[in-house]
Amino acid sequence: MKISSKKKLTYVLIEIGLIIVSLIMFMPFLLAIFISFMEPTEVFTYPPKIFPSKINFGNYIDALNTIPLGKMLLNSLLVSSCVTVGKLITGTLGAFAFSSFNFKGKNTLFFTLFITLFLPAETVLILPLFMIMSKFGWINTYWALIIPFTASATNTFLFRQHFLTIPTELEDAAKIDGASPMQYFRKILIPLSGPMIAGASIINFVTAWSMYLWPMIVSMDTNKYVAQIAVKMFIASDVINNWAVIMAGTILVALPTLILFFVLQDLFVKSLVTSGLKG
Amino acid sequence: MIPTLLIIILFIYWPTVSAFLLSFYKEAPFGNVKIFVGFENYIELFRNQYYIEALKVTLIYVLITVSSVIFFGYLIALLLDNKVFGVKFYRTLIFTPYAISFTIAGALWAFMLNPVVGHISYFVSRLTGTRINWLAEPPYALISITIASIWKMLPFSIIFYLAGLQSIPEEVIESAIIDGTNNWQRIWKIKFPMLSPTTFYLIIMEITHSMFQSFGLIDIMTKGGPIGTTTTLIYRLYLDAFYFQKTGEAAAQSVILFLIMCFITFFYFRFGEKTVHYQ
Repeated sequence: MKISSKKKLTYVLIEIGLIIVSLIMFMPFLLAIFISFMEPTEVFTYPPKIFPSKINFGNYIDALNTIPLGKMLLNSLLVSSCVTVGKLITGTLGAFAFSSFNFKGKNTLFFTLFITLFLPAETVLILPLFMIMSKFGWINTYWALIIPFTASATNTFLFRQHFLTIPTELEDAAKIDGASPMQYFRKILIPLSGPMIAGASIINFVTAWSMYLWPMIVSMDTNKYVAQIAVKMFIASDVINNWAVIMAGTILVALPTLILFFVLQDLFVKSLVTSGLKG
Repeated sequence: MIPTLLIIILFIYWPTVSAFLLSFYKEAPFGNVKIFVGFENYIELFRNQYYIEALKVTLIYVLITVSSVIFFGYLIALLLDNKVFGVKFYRTLIFTPYAISFTIAGALWAFMLNPVVGHISYFVSRLTGTRINWLAEPPYALISITIASIWKMLPFSIIFYLAGLQSIPEEVIESAIIDGTNNWQRIWKIKFPMLSPTTFYLIIMEITHSMFQSFGLIDIMTKGGPIGTTTTLIYRLYLDAFYFQKTGEAAAQSVILFLIMCFITFFYFRFGEKTVHYQ
Protein backbone atom coordinates (compact mmCIF):
# COMPACT_ATOMS: atom_id res chain seq x y z
CA MET A 1 0.00 0.00 0.00
CA LYS A 2 2.69 2.42 1.04
CA ILE A 3 4.83 1.78 -2.03
CA SER A 4 1.93 2.18 -4.39
CA SER A 5 0.83 5.49 -2.86
CA LYS A 6 4.38 6.76 -3.12
CA LYS A 7 4.40 5.70 -6.75
CA LYS A 8 1.15 7.52 -7.33
CA LEU A 9 2.64 10.67 -5.84
CA THR A 10 5.69 10.48 -8.13
CA TYR A 11 3.37 9.95 -11.06
CA VAL A 12 1.37 13.04 -10.20
CA LEU A 13 4.51 15.10 -9.63
CA ILE A 14 5.93 14.07 -13.00
CA GLU A 15 2.63 14.92 -14.66
CA ILE A 16 2.58 18.36 -13.05
CA GLY A 17 6.23 18.95 -13.93
CA LEU A 18 5.57 18.11 -17.55
CA ILE A 19 2.56 20.40 -17.73
CA ILE A 20 4.58 23.31 -16.35
CA VAL A 21 7.53 22.72 -18.69
CA SER A 22 5.22 22.30 -21.70
CA LEU A 23 3.48 25.56 -20.85
CA ILE A 24 6.76 27.45 -20.55
CA MET A 25 8.16 26.03 -23.79
CA PHE A 26 5.00 26.53 -25.81
CA MET A 27 3.82 29.83 -24.29
CA PRO A 28 5.72 32.07 -26.75
CA PHE A 29 3.96 30.39 -29.68
CA LEU A 30 0.53 30.63 -28.06
CA LEU A 31 0.99 34.30 -27.26
CA ALA A 32 2.22 35.04 -30.78
CA ILE A 33 -0.83 33.31 -32.27
CA PHE A 34 -3.26 35.12 -29.96
CA ILE A 35 -1.63 38.51 -30.58
CA SER A 36 -1.67 37.95 -34.33
CA PHE A 37 -5.49 37.77 -34.24
CA MET A 38 -5.96 40.95 -32.17
CA GLU A 39 -7.03 44.36 -33.38
CA PRO A 40 -3.93 46.62 -33.37
CA THR A 41 -5.43 48.68 -30.53
CA GLU A 42 -6.19 45.59 -28.46
CA VAL A 43 -2.47 44.88 -28.20
CA PHE A 44 -1.98 48.09 -26.22
CA THR A 45 -4.53 47.46 -23.48
CA TYR A 46 -3.09 47.54 -19.99
CA PRO A 47 -2.71 45.05 -18.36
CA PRO A 48 -1.88 43.18 -21.59
CA LYS A 49 -4.64 40.90 -22.82
CA ILE A 50 -3.92 37.27 -23.60
CA PHE A 51 -6.94 36.27 -25.65
CA PRO A 52 -8.14 38.17 -28.72
CA SER A 53 -11.77 39.37 -28.57
CA LYS A 54 -12.38 37.76 -31.94
CA ILE A 55 -10.35 35.95 -34.56
CA ASN A 56 -9.50 38.16 -37.50
CA PHE A 57 -6.98 37.53 -40.21
CA GLY A 58 -6.51 41.19 -41.06
CA ASN A 59 -2.99 41.27 -39.60
CA TYR A 60 -1.91 38.41 -41.84
CA ILE A 61 -3.14 40.28 -44.88
CA ASP A 62 -1.36 43.43 -43.67
CA ALA A 63 1.84 41.45 -43.14
CA LEU A 64 1.69 40.16 -46.70
CA ASN A 65 1.01 43.65 -48.04
CA THR A 66 3.49 45.81 -46.11
CA ILE A 67 6.51 43.94 -47.48
CA PRO A 68 6.78 41.45 -50.38
CA LEU A 69 6.54 38.56 -47.93
CA GLY A 70 4.96 36.21 -50.46
CA LYS A 71 7.91 36.60 -52.80
CA MET A 72 10.34 36.15 -49.90
CA LEU A 73 8.63 32.94 -48.79
CA LEU A 74 8.88 31.64 -52.36
CA ASN A 75 12.57 32.56 -52.42
CA SER A 76 13.10 30.61 -49.20
CA LEU A 77 11.22 27.65 -50.61
CA LEU A 78 13.32 27.67 -53.78
CA VAL A 79 16.65 28.10 -51.98
CA SER A 80 15.92 25.54 -49.26
CA SER A 81 14.68 22.94 -51.75
CA CYS A 82 17.73 23.34 -53.98
CA VAL A 83 20.10 23.14 -51.00
CA THR A 84 18.31 20.03 -49.76
CA VAL A 85 18.47 18.26 -53.12
CA GLY A 86 22.11 19.30 -53.63
CA LYS A 87 23.12 17.98 -50.22
CA LEU A 88 21.36 14.68 -50.90
CA ILE A 89 23.15 14.17 -54.21
CA THR A 90 26.62 15.10 -53.02
CA GLY A 91 26.08 13.38 -49.69
CA THR A 92 24.98 10.02 -51.08
CA LEU A 93 27.60 10.01 -53.84
CA GLY A 94 30.40 10.97 -51.47
CA ALA A 95 29.27 8.39 -48.95
CA PHE A 96 29.14 5.74 -51.66
CA ALA A 97 32.75 6.51 -52.59
CA PHE A 98 33.81 6.22 -48.97
CA SER A 99 31.87 3.06 -48.16
CA SER A 100 32.36 0.98 -51.32
CA PHE A 101 35.73 1.91 -52.76
CA ASN A 102 39.30 1.81 -51.64
CA PHE A 103 41.37 4.48 -53.24
CA LYS A 104 44.61 6.30 -52.65
CA GLY A 105 44.35 9.13 -50.15
CA LYS A 106 41.01 7.96 -48.77
CA ASN A 107 42.06 8.72 -45.20
CA THR A 108 43.39 12.14 -46.13
CA LEU A 109 40.10 12.90 -47.84
CA PHE A 110 38.18 11.70 -44.85
CA PHE A 111 40.18 13.99 -42.61
CA THR A 112 39.75 16.90 -45.04
CA LEU A 113 36.01 16.55 -44.62
CA PHE A 114 36.15 15.87 -40.91
CA ILE A 115 37.78 19.21 -40.10
CA THR A 116 34.77 20.99 -41.56
CA LEU A 117 32.23 18.97 -39.55
CA PHE A 118 31.49 21.59 -36.91
CA LEU A 119 32.57 24.63 -38.90
CA PRO A 120 29.75 26.97 -39.91
CA ALA A 121 31.79 28.44 -42.78
CA GLU A 122 29.14 30.97 -43.81
CA THR A 123 29.46 32.70 -40.43
CA VAL A 124 33.08 32.12 -39.39
CA LEU A 125 34.49 32.84 -42.86
CA ILE A 126 31.83 35.30 -43.89
CA LEU A 127 34.11 38.02 -45.26
CA PRO A 128 36.39 35.89 -47.48
CA LEU A 129 33.38 33.90 -48.65
CA PHE A 130 31.66 37.14 -49.56
CA MET A 131 34.74 38.20 -51.55
CA ILE A 132 34.72 34.89 -53.43
CA MET A 133 31.05 35.43 -54.25
CA SER A 134 31.79 38.85 -55.69
CA LYS A 135 34.66 37.38 -57.72
CA PHE A 136 32.15 34.93 -59.20
CA GLY A 137 29.67 37.75 -59.75
CA TRP A 138 27.20 35.92 -57.55
CA ILE A 139 26.29 38.75 -55.18
CA ASN A 140 22.52 39.25 -55.11
CA THR A 141 21.86 35.99 -56.96
CA TYR A 142 20.32 32.70 -55.88
CA TRP A 143 23.65 31.02 -56.61
CA ALA A 144 25.25 32.60 -53.56
CA LEU A 145 22.42 31.29 -51.39
CA ILE A 146 22.50 27.78 -52.83
CA ILE A 147 25.82 26.57 -54.23
CA PRO A 148 28.07 26.98 -51.15
CA PHE A 149 25.62 24.89 -49.13
CA THR A 150 25.12 21.98 -51.51
CA ALA A 151 27.69 19.77 -49.78
CA SER A 152 28.42 19.05 -46.17
CA ALA A 153 30.55 16.72 -44.12
CA THR A 154 27.55 15.93 -41.89
CA ASN A 155 25.51 14.54 -44.79
CA THR A 156 28.40 12.58 -46.24
CA PHE A 157 29.17 10.97 -42.89
CA LEU A 158 25.51 10.32 -42.18
CA PHE A 159 25.01 8.37 -45.41
CA ARG A 160 28.37 6.66 -45.14
CA GLN A 161 27.33 5.40 -41.70
CA HIS A 162 24.11 4.10 -43.18
CA PHE A 163 25.68 2.49 -46.27
CA LEU A 164 28.10 0.60 -44.04
CA THR A 165 25.16 -1.15 -42.38
CA ILE A 166 24.02 -2.59 -45.73
CA PRO A 167 25.45 -6.12 -46.11
CA THR A 168 28.34 -6.35 -48.59
CA GLU A 169 26.81 -9.54 -49.98
CA LEU A 170 24.29 -7.36 -51.80
CA GLU A 171 27.05 -5.50 -53.57
CA ASP A 172 28.86 -8.71 -54.44
CA ALA A 173 25.66 -10.24 -55.80
CA ALA A 174 25.03 -7.14 -57.90
CA LYS A 175 28.56 -7.38 -59.29
CA ILE A 176 28.08 -11.01 -60.23
CA ASP A 177 24.87 -10.09 -62.02
CA GLY A 178 26.93 -7.67 -64.05
CA ALA A 179 25.69 -4.43 -62.50
CA SER A 180 28.04 -1.47 -62.66
CA PRO A 181 28.79 0.36 -59.40
CA MET A 182 26.50 3.22 -60.46
CA GLN A 183 23.68 0.77 -61.19
CA TYR A 184 24.18 -0.78 -57.79
CA PHE A 185 24.09 2.71 -56.28
CA ARG A 186 20.91 3.76 -58.08
CA LYS A 187 18.96 0.53 -58.05
CA ILE A 188 19.88 -0.93 -54.67
CA LEU A 189 21.62 1.48 -52.32
CA ILE A 190 19.30 4.46 -52.79
CA PRO A 191 16.01 2.48 -52.57
CA LEU A 192 17.30 0.90 -49.37
CA SER A 193 17.92 4.33 -47.85
CA GLY A 194 14.39 5.74 -48.06
CA PRO A 195 13.83 6.71 -44.41
CA MET A 196 17.39 8.00 -44.15
CA ILE A 197 16.95 10.23 -47.18
CA ALA A 198 13.61 11.51 -45.91
CA GLY A 199 15.10 12.27 -42.49
CA ALA A 200 18.17 14.02 -43.86
CA SER A 201 15.96 16.02 -46.21
CA ILE A 202 13.79 17.56 -43.52
CA ILE A 203 16.77 18.44 -41.34
CA ASN A 204 18.60 19.97 -44.30
CA PHE A 205 15.49 21.86 -45.31
CA VAL A 206 14.92 23.32 -41.86
CA THR A 207 18.59 24.30 -41.57
CA ALA A 208 18.47 26.01 -44.96
CA TRP A 209 15.17 27.71 -44.14
CA SER A 210 16.68 29.12 -40.94
CA MET A 211 19.70 30.79 -42.58
CA TYR A 212 19.81 34.46 -41.74
CA LEU A 213 23.19 36.18 -41.56
CA TRP A 214 24.51 34.96 -44.91
CA PRO A 215 21.39 35.83 -46.98
CA MET A 216 21.32 39.21 -45.27
CA ILE A 217 24.87 39.91 -46.50
CA VAL A 218 24.68 38.59 -50.06
CA SER A 219 21.16 39.68 -51.03
CA MET A 220 20.82 43.35 -51.88
CA ASP A 221 17.16 43.87 -52.76
CA THR A 222 13.83 42.60 -51.49
CA ASN A 223 13.35 40.56 -54.65
CA LYS A 224 16.16 38.26 -53.56
CA TYR A 225 15.54 38.33 -49.80
CA VAL A 226 14.67 35.11 -48.00
CA ALA A 227 11.81 34.93 -45.50
CA GLN A 228 13.97 35.16 -42.35
CA ILE A 229 14.94 38.69 -43.35
CA ALA A 230 11.25 39.56 -43.34
CA VAL A 231 11.32 39.17 -39.55
CA LYS A 232 14.00 41.84 -39.32
CA MET A 233 12.08 44.08 -41.72
CA PHE A 234 8.95 43.78 -39.61
CA ILE A 235 10.81 44.56 -36.39
CA ALA A 236 12.83 47.39 -37.91
CA SER A 237 9.87 49.12 -39.54
CA ASP A 238 7.73 49.31 -36.43
CA VAL A 239 7.18 53.04 -36.67
CA ILE A 240 3.69 52.46 -35.39
CA ASN A 241 4.89 49.56 -33.25
CA ASN A 242 2.21 47.31 -34.66
CA TRP A 243 3.01 44.08 -32.85
CA ALA A 244 -0.10 42.31 -34.12
CA VAL A 245 1.24 42.57 -37.67
CA ILE A 246 4.80 41.72 -36.60
CA MET A 247 3.60 38.53 -34.89
CA ALA A 248 1.39 37.58 -37.86
CA GLY A 249 4.39 37.96 -40.18
CA THR A 250 6.66 36.03 -37.84
CA ILE A 251 4.17 33.17 -37.72
CA LEU A 252 3.97 33.06 -41.52
CA VAL A 253 7.76 32.74 -41.72
CA ALA A 254 7.82 30.04 -39.04
CA LEU A 255 4.84 28.08 -40.36
CA PRO A 256 6.47 25.92 -43.08
CA THR A 257 9.04 24.35 -40.77
CA LEU A 258 6.54 24.13 -37.91
CA ILE A 259 4.11 22.18 -40.09
CA LEU A 260 6.93 19.89 -41.26
CA PHE A 261 7.81 19.30 -37.63
CA PHE A 262 4.28 18.61 -36.42
CA VAL A 263 3.54 16.20 -39.25
CA LEU A 264 6.85 14.35 -39.28
CA GLN A 265 7.94 14.66 -35.67
CA ASP A 266 9.05 11.06 -35.14
CA LEU A 267 11.11 10.99 -38.32
CA PHE A 268 12.53 14.37 -37.39
CA VAL A 269 13.67 13.29 -33.96
CA LYS A 270 15.00 9.95 -35.12
CA SER A 271 17.11 11.37 -37.93
CA LEU A 272 18.39 14.20 -35.78
CA VAL A 273 19.69 11.72 -33.25
CA THR A 274 21.20 9.50 -35.96
CA SER A 275 22.95 12.49 -37.52
CA GLY A 276 24.60 13.02 -34.15
CA LEU A 277 26.18 9.62 -34.44
CA LYS A 278 29.79 9.78 -35.39
CA GLY A 279 30.68 9.04 -39.00
CA MET B 1 33.03 12.19 -54.14
CA ILE B 2 34.27 14.87 -56.48
CA PRO B 3 31.26 17.23 -56.20
CA THR B 4 31.41 17.15 -52.39
CA LEU B 5 35.10 17.81 -52.43
CA LEU B 6 34.83 20.58 -54.98
CA ILE B 7 32.21 22.44 -52.94
CA ILE B 8 34.10 21.96 -49.69
CA ILE B 9 37.38 23.16 -51.19
CA LEU B 10 35.83 26.10 -53.05
CA PHE B 11 33.65 27.36 -50.24
CA ILE B 12 35.41 26.29 -47.06
CA TYR B 13 39.10 25.78 -47.72
CA TRP B 14 39.56 28.64 -50.15
CA PRO B 15 37.94 31.21 -47.84
CA THR B 16 39.99 29.82 -44.95
CA VAL B 17 43.25 30.37 -46.81
CA SER B 18 42.06 33.75 -47.95
CA ALA B 19 41.15 34.71 -44.36
CA PHE B 20 44.69 33.82 -43.25
CA LEU B 21 46.19 35.88 -46.08
CA LEU B 22 43.92 38.88 -45.57
CA SER B 23 44.66 38.92 -41.88
CA PHE B 24 48.30 39.82 -42.59
CA TYR B 25 47.42 42.83 -44.75
CA LYS B 26 46.01 46.24 -44.24
CA GLU B 27 44.02 47.97 -46.90
CA ALA B 28 44.75 51.60 -47.64
CA PRO B 29 41.70 53.81 -47.13
CA PHE B 30 41.68 54.81 -50.81
CA GLY B 31 42.10 52.43 -53.69
CA ASN B 32 43.01 48.81 -53.56
CA VAL B 33 46.51 49.11 -52.16
CA LYS B 34 47.31 46.38 -49.69
CA ILE B 35 50.21 46.64 -47.29
CA PHE B 36 51.74 43.63 -45.60
CA VAL B 37 51.65 44.24 -41.86
CA GLY B 38 52.46 40.82 -40.41
CA PHE B 39 50.72 40.16 -37.11
CA GLU B 40 49.77 43.79 -36.59
CA ASN B 41 46.05 43.12 -37.14
CA TYR B 42 46.09 40.53 -34.38
CA ILE B 43 48.01 42.78 -32.00
CA GLU B 44 45.60 45.63 -32.65
CA LEU B 45 42.69 43.32 -32.11
CA PHE B 46 43.81 42.39 -28.63
CA ARG B 47 44.45 46.04 -27.81
CA ASN B 48 40.98 46.93 -29.04
CA GLN B 49 38.71 47.28 -26.00
CA TYR B 50 35.62 46.48 -28.10
CA TYR B 51 37.07 43.14 -29.10
CA ILE B 52 38.07 42.30 -25.53
CA GLU B 53 34.56 43.27 -24.44
CA ALA B 54 33.05 40.98 -27.11
CA LEU B 55 35.34 38.20 -25.91
CA LYS B 56 34.07 38.63 -22.35
CA VAL B 57 30.41 38.82 -23.40
CA THR B 58 30.79 35.66 -25.50
CA LEU B 59 32.47 33.78 -22.68
CA ILE B 60 29.73 34.63 -20.16
CA TYR B 61 26.94 34.04 -22.66
CA VAL B 62 28.25 30.71 -23.97
CA LEU B 63 29.10 29.43 -20.50
CA ILE B 64 25.66 30.19 -19.05
CA THR B 65 23.57 29.10 -22.05
CA VAL B 66 25.45 25.85 -22.65
CA SER B 67 25.57 24.76 -19.01
CA SER B 68 21.88 25.59 -18.47
CA VAL B 69 20.86 23.80 -21.62
CA ILE B 70 22.80 20.69 -20.59
CA PHE B 71 21.45 20.72 -17.02
CA PHE B 72 17.79 21.51 -17.75
CA GLY B 73 17.89 19.45 -20.94
CA TYR B 74 18.81 16.38 -18.91
CA LEU B 75 16.18 17.08 -16.24
CA ILE B 76 13.37 17.61 -18.75
CA ALA B 77 14.42 14.49 -20.67
CA LEU B 78 14.14 12.55 -17.40
CA LEU B 79 10.59 13.83 -16.99
CA LEU B 80 9.71 12.85 -20.56
CA ASP B 81 11.21 9.39 -20.08
CA ASN B 82 8.12 8.27 -18.14
CA LYS B 83 4.99 6.56 -19.29
CA VAL B 84 2.55 9.12 -17.94
CA PHE B 85 -0.70 10.36 -19.40
CA GLY B 86 -0.24 12.57 -22.46
CA VAL B 87 3.53 12.31 -22.57
CA LYS B 88 3.59 12.29 -26.36
CA PHE B 89 1.64 15.54 -26.44
CA TYR B 90 3.98 17.19 -23.93
CA ARG B 91 6.92 16.01 -25.99
CA THR B 92 5.59 17.74 -29.09
CA LEU B 93 5.00 21.01 -27.23
CA ILE B 94 8.42 20.91 -25.59
CA PHE B 95 10.29 20.09 -28.81
CA THR B 96 8.61 22.82 -30.86
CA PRO B 97 11.24 25.61 -30.47
CA TYR B 98 13.66 23.28 -32.27
CA ALA B 99 11.69 23.71 -35.50
CA ILE B 100 12.06 27.50 -35.69
CA SER B 101 15.08 29.66 -36.41
CA PHE B 102 16.98 31.77 -33.90
CA THR B 103 15.65 34.80 -35.77
CA ILE B 104 12.05 33.86 -35.10
CA ALA B 105 12.86 33.00 -31.49
CA GLY B 106 14.29 36.52 -31.22
CA ALA B 107 11.07 38.07 -32.53
CA LEU B 108 8.86 36.08 -30.13
CA TRP B 109 10.95 37.09 -27.13
CA ALA B 110 11.35 40.68 -28.28
CA PHE B 111 7.56 40.88 -28.11
CA MET B 112 7.17 39.23 -24.71
CA LEU B 113 9.88 41.45 -23.21
CA ASN B 114 8.63 44.66 -24.80
CA PRO B 115 8.15 47.14 -21.93
CA VAL B 116 4.81 48.44 -23.26
CA VAL B 117 2.98 45.41 -24.65
CA GLY B 118 5.01 42.37 -23.51
CA HIS B 119 3.44 39.85 -21.15
CA ILE B 120 6.63 38.79 -19.39
CA SER B 121 7.64 42.39 -18.95
CA TYR B 122 4.23 43.13 -17.40
CA PHE B 123 4.35 40.06 -15.20
CA VAL B 124 7.81 40.88 -13.83
CA SER B 125 6.90 44.51 -13.23
CA ARG B 126 3.88 43.39 -11.19
CA LEU B 127 6.08 41.02 -9.18
CA THR B 128 8.93 43.41 -8.48
CA GLY B 129 7.16 46.75 -8.68
CA THR B 130 9.73 48.21 -11.07
CA ARG B 131 9.47 48.55 -14.81
CA ILE B 132 12.50 47.24 -16.62
CA ASN B 133 13.33 48.08 -20.20
CA TRP B 134 14.59 44.57 -20.85
CA LEU B 135 16.29 44.97 -24.20
CA ALA B 136 17.73 48.44 -23.66
CA GLU B 137 19.32 48.39 -20.20
CA PRO B 138 22.81 46.94 -19.73
CA PRO B 139 22.61 43.93 -17.49
CA TYR B 140 19.06 43.04 -18.56
CA ALA B 141 19.74 42.95 -22.29
CA LEU B 142 22.31 40.18 -21.89
CA ILE B 143 19.99 38.37 -19.47
CA SER B 144 17.17 38.56 -22.04
CA ILE B 145 19.37 37.24 -24.82
CA THR B 146 20.56 34.43 -22.58
CA ILE B 147 17.05 33.35 -21.53
CA ALA B 148 15.71 33.45 -25.10
CA SER B 149 18.69 31.43 -26.33
CA ILE B 150 18.28 28.82 -23.62
CA TRP B 151 14.61 28.46 -24.58
CA LYS B 152 15.54 28.01 -28.25
CA MET B 153 18.49 25.66 -27.62
CA LEU B 154 16.86 23.42 -24.97
CA PRO B 155 14.87 21.09 -27.28
CA PHE B 156 18.01 20.01 -29.11
CA SER B 157 19.53 18.77 -25.86
CA ILE B 158 16.28 17.23 -24.64
CA ILE B 159 15.90 15.26 -27.90
CA PHE B 160 19.37 13.77 -27.57
CA TYR B 161 19.12 13.06 -23.84
CA LEU B 162 15.73 11.43 -24.26
CA ALA B 163 17.03 9.17 -27.03
CA GLY B 164 20.01 8.35 -24.81
CA LEU B 165 17.85 7.56 -21.79
CA GLN B 166 15.58 5.32 -23.85
CA SER B 167 18.57 3.35 -25.09
CA ILE B 168 19.81 2.46 -21.60
CA PRO B 169 19.07 -1.26 -21.20
CA GLU B 170 16.35 -2.02 -18.65
CA GLU B 171 18.57 -4.61 -16.94
CA VAL B 172 21.05 -1.94 -15.92
CA ILE B 173 18.35 0.00 -14.08
CA GLU B 174 16.81 -3.16 -12.59
CA SER B 175 20.11 -4.38 -11.19
CA ALA B 176 20.73 -0.91 -9.79
CA ILE B 177 17.39 -1.09 -8.02
CA ILE B 178 18.29 -4.49 -6.60
CA ASP B 179 21.57 -3.01 -5.38
CA GLY B 180 19.45 -0.70 -3.24
CA THR B 181 20.11 2.59 -5.00
CA ASN B 182 17.51 5.30 -4.68
CA ASN B 183 16.05 7.26 -7.59
CA TRP B 184 18.36 10.24 -7.09
CA GLN B 185 21.46 8.03 -7.16
CA ARG B 186 20.27 6.27 -10.30
CA ILE B 187 19.72 9.62 -12.03
CA TRP B 188 23.13 11.10 -11.27
CA LYS B 189 25.45 8.17 -10.52
CA ILE B 190 24.30 5.67 -13.14
CA LYS B 191 22.30 7.25 -15.94
CA PHE B 192 24.19 10.53 -16.27
CA PRO B 193 27.65 8.90 -16.50
CA MET B 194 26.26 6.40 -19.02
CA LEU B 195 25.17 9.31 -21.18
CA SER B 196 28.52 11.09 -21.05
CA PRO B 197 29.10 10.62 -24.80
CA THR B 198 25.77 12.38 -25.43
CA THR B 199 26.75 15.14 -23.03
CA PHE B 200 30.08 15.49 -24.79
CA TYR B 201 28.48 15.77 -28.22
CA LEU B 202 25.84 18.17 -26.93
CA ILE B 203 28.37 20.49 -25.30
CA ILE B 204 30.19 20.84 -28.61
CA MET B 205 27.03 21.33 -30.66
CA GLU B 206 25.50 23.80 -28.24
CA ILE B 207 28.75 25.79 -28.13
CA THR B 208 28.56 26.20 -31.91
CA HIS B 209 24.86 27.10 -31.66
CA SER B 210 25.44 29.79 -29.07
CA MET B 211 28.61 31.14 -30.68
CA PHE B 212 27.36 31.39 -34.27
CA GLN B 213 23.72 30.51 -34.85
CA SER B 214 22.60 32.95 -32.15
CA PHE B 215 23.43 35.86 -34.46
CA GLY B 216 19.85 36.07 -35.72
CA LEU B 217 18.42 36.20 -32.21
CA ILE B 218 20.81 38.94 -31.10
CA ASP B 219 20.31 40.95 -34.28
CA ILE B 220 16.54 40.93 -33.80
CA MET B 221 16.46 41.53 -30.05
CA THR B 222 19.27 43.99 -29.26
CA LYS B 223 21.51 44.53 -32.32
CA GLY B 224 24.47 43.95 -30.01
CA GLY B 225 23.51 46.86 -27.74
CA PRO B 226 23.11 48.62 -25.41
CA ILE B 227 26.69 49.90 -25.49
CA GLY B 228 28.01 46.62 -26.81
CA THR B 229 26.84 44.53 -23.84
CA THR B 230 25.33 41.88 -26.12
CA THR B 231 27.94 42.07 -28.89
CA THR B 232 29.35 38.57 -29.15
CA LEU B 233 32.38 37.60 -31.24
CA ILE B 234 30.27 36.79 -34.30
CA TYR B 235 28.37 40.06 -33.99
CA ARG B 236 31.68 41.94 -33.64
CA LEU B 237 32.96 40.17 -36.76
CA TYR B 238 29.83 41.18 -38.68
CA LEU B 239 30.16 44.80 -37.58
CA ASP B 240 33.87 45.05 -38.40
CA ALA B 241 33.58 43.23 -41.71
CA PHE B 242 30.49 44.84 -43.18
CA TYR B 243 29.72 47.94 -41.17
CA PHE B 244 33.15 49.41 -40.44
CA GLN B 245 34.83 47.57 -43.34
CA LYS B 246 38.02 46.81 -41.43
CA THR B 247 39.02 43.97 -43.72
CA GLY B 248 42.31 43.02 -42.08
CA GLU B 249 40.96 42.99 -38.55
CA ALA B 250 37.82 41.12 -39.57
CA ALA B 251 39.95 38.49 -41.30
CA ALA B 252 42.04 38.14 -38.16
CA GLN B 253 38.83 37.58 -36.18
CA SER B 254 37.77 34.92 -38.67
CA VAL B 255 41.10 33.18 -38.25
CA ILE B 256 40.76 33.20 -34.47
CA LEU B 257 37.21 31.77 -34.67
CA PHE B 258 38.42 29.19 -37.18
CA LEU B 259 41.20 28.10 -34.85
CA ILE B 260 38.77 27.84 -31.94
CA MET B 261 36.54 25.57 -34.04
CA CYS B 262 39.54 23.49 -35.16
CA PHE B 263 40.50 23.05 -31.54
CA ILE B 264 36.96 21.94 -30.64
CA THR B 265 36.83 19.51 -33.59
CA PHE B 266 40.22 18.09 -32.70
CA PHE B 267 39.08 17.70 -29.11
CA TYR B 268 35.97 15.84 -30.29
CA PHE B 269 38.01 13.63 -32.61
CA ARG B 270 40.51 12.84 -29.90
CA PHE B 271 38.18 12.15 -26.98
CA GLY B 272 34.71 11.73 -28.44
CA GLU B 273 35.47 8.92 -30.85
CA LYS B 274 36.12 6.21 -28.30
CA THR B 275 33.22 6.94 -26.04
CA VAL B 276 30.26 7.50 -28.35
CA HIS B 277 27.71 4.69 -27.99
CA TYR B 278 24.15 5.80 -28.45
CA GLN B 279 22.72 2.56 -29.67
